[in-house]
Amino acid sequence: MDHVAGRPVEPRVLDAMLAYMKSSYGNPSSLHVFGQEAKKAVEEARAKVAGLINAEKKESIIFTSGATESNNLAIKGVANRNKDRGTRILTSSVEHMSVVNPCKFLTTKGFEVVFLIVDKYGFLNLETLQKELTAKTVLVSIVYANGEIGTIEPIKEISKIVHAENAYLHVDATAAAGQIPIDVRNEGIDLLTVSSNDMYGPRGIGALYVKEGVRLEPLLHGGGQERGLRSGTENVAAIVGFGKAAEIAKEEMQAESSRLTKLRDRFIEGLLKPIPYSFLNGHPTTRLPDNVSVRYSFIEGESMLLSLDMAGVYASSGSACTAKTLEPSHVLLAMGLKHEEAHGSLMFTLGRYNTEDDVDYAASLMPNIVKRLRGMSPLTPKELRL
Amino acid sequence: MYTEKVMDHFKNPRNVGEIPDADGVGTVGNPVCGDLMTIYIKVKDNRLVDIKFKTFGCGSAIATSSMITELAKGKTLEEGLKISRANVADELGGLPAIKMHCSNLAADALHAAIEDYYKKHEKGEVKNK
Repeated sequence: MDHVAGRPVEPRVLDAMLAYMKSSYGNPSSLHVFGQEAKKAVEEARAKVAGLINAEKKESIIFTSGATESNNLAIKGVANRNKDRGTRILTSSVEHMSVVNPCKFLTTKGFEVVFLIVDKYGFLNLETLQKELTAKTVLVSIVYANGEIGTIEPIKEISKIVHAENAYLHVDATAAAGQIPIDVRNEGIDLLTVSSNDMYGPRGIGALYVKEGVRLEPLLHGGGQERGLRSGTENVAAIVGFGKAAEIAKEEMQAESSRLTKLRDRFIEGLLKPIPYSFLNGHPTTRLPDNVSVRYSFIEGESMLLSLDMAGVYASSGSACTAKTLEPSHVLLAMGLKHEEAHGSLMFTLGRYNTEDDVDYAASLMPNIVKRLRGMSPLTPKELRL
Repeated sequence: MYTEKVMDHFKNPRNVGEIPDADGVGTVGNPVCGDLMTIYIKVKDNRLVDIKFKTFGCGSAIATSSMITELAKGKTLEEGLKISRANVADELGGLPAIKMHCSNLAADALHAAIEDYYKKHEKGEVKNK
């Protein structure tokens, strides 16, 4: 139940890829029949990814090595190419590190970056956006839905505000795409990051939607593939797999998202109801169908993860103690949680193969785990002590 | 990530609890960092005759707390002060590098408890045993 960290490749995706890995080694840039066959496969996949987000045409999709590259290309690409329009960038305080760090990097190159505040659910504060959006602002980058807390941002409203000042809007839809409907045209999105593995496609492949007319500087210069925005010979098998994954996600989205939403709510209730001093992180309804993020007072996340792991349940935590840094999740802190509350957070991300039995089993483990750890904790209030 | 011995101490921690009439109490860390531990000691004839702990923290924070209670029990106060962070980590078969600083506080907590005992002893709050 840690699907946000990595998802299995869907068998139908694997079948589609294997055909290419076994027999097709053509380079889409070649004129001969092998090359043209590969080119056709790439273009078909491009159309499927475009279809998932309702892009106006398949040529608006640029294949990259994944969400990190797409976010870098969008942020650095727009900033560097459009300095004449302004040097101010706005983003939120609940972004993935592949948005946070390119923005921070740009501050060393003469750009001004503002990390906008969010409310206790993780929703962007639109008044602050309005206030910070000056004529110098060239780009606003906001996550569609944060993978850690699941909160879905009001992208359409954000877009109206951003476009009133003529800035570009980049949206990181890594966690959202494939789970919930996204319509770049209706929602007014200029650039959108999509990842393959997050919709059960292979790793190492992603895409950036770039609306026609948006000027971008490439990160990689070379043979001019992907409209000159991403040079390098195409990874045909991975692109084919990504296309297949996008096609399946689109076809099955309605049924799967309603199944997951029910499962999610059942799980949240099972995790919180039997245990005092337990809370939901993020918004109860405006959240991704797969996301279950909770916290338990007086105990720490990693010790809960270890306890779950011993019982065969795999999750992740907002605590620093599971990370490479010593700070708890910046996303949880941005929502106003105290450090000790962030440390006590537990995150589950459900997937296509999780069942009611899975979530009931995981929830049934928590009362004993929490009781045991609270029994050891000096923070546990007297009334909860055994 | 963790050695078998760390996991053993995490699963079956030794000497968890409080000593209501402790002769010395040491608390180190804070919940902001994600680790907080309190060690309680009982002293007789200059020896640590009983020791208990309460810990908020990750797996290694709990395991190091448990480990130090085993290492310290029955030792003299001087021997207790000589138990170092490295001793605790070695005794557990090693800790992940990142945990060496943040979660390996048990030795500090023991030392604080012994210092607390000395202070109370000087002030005459603890009977000379």
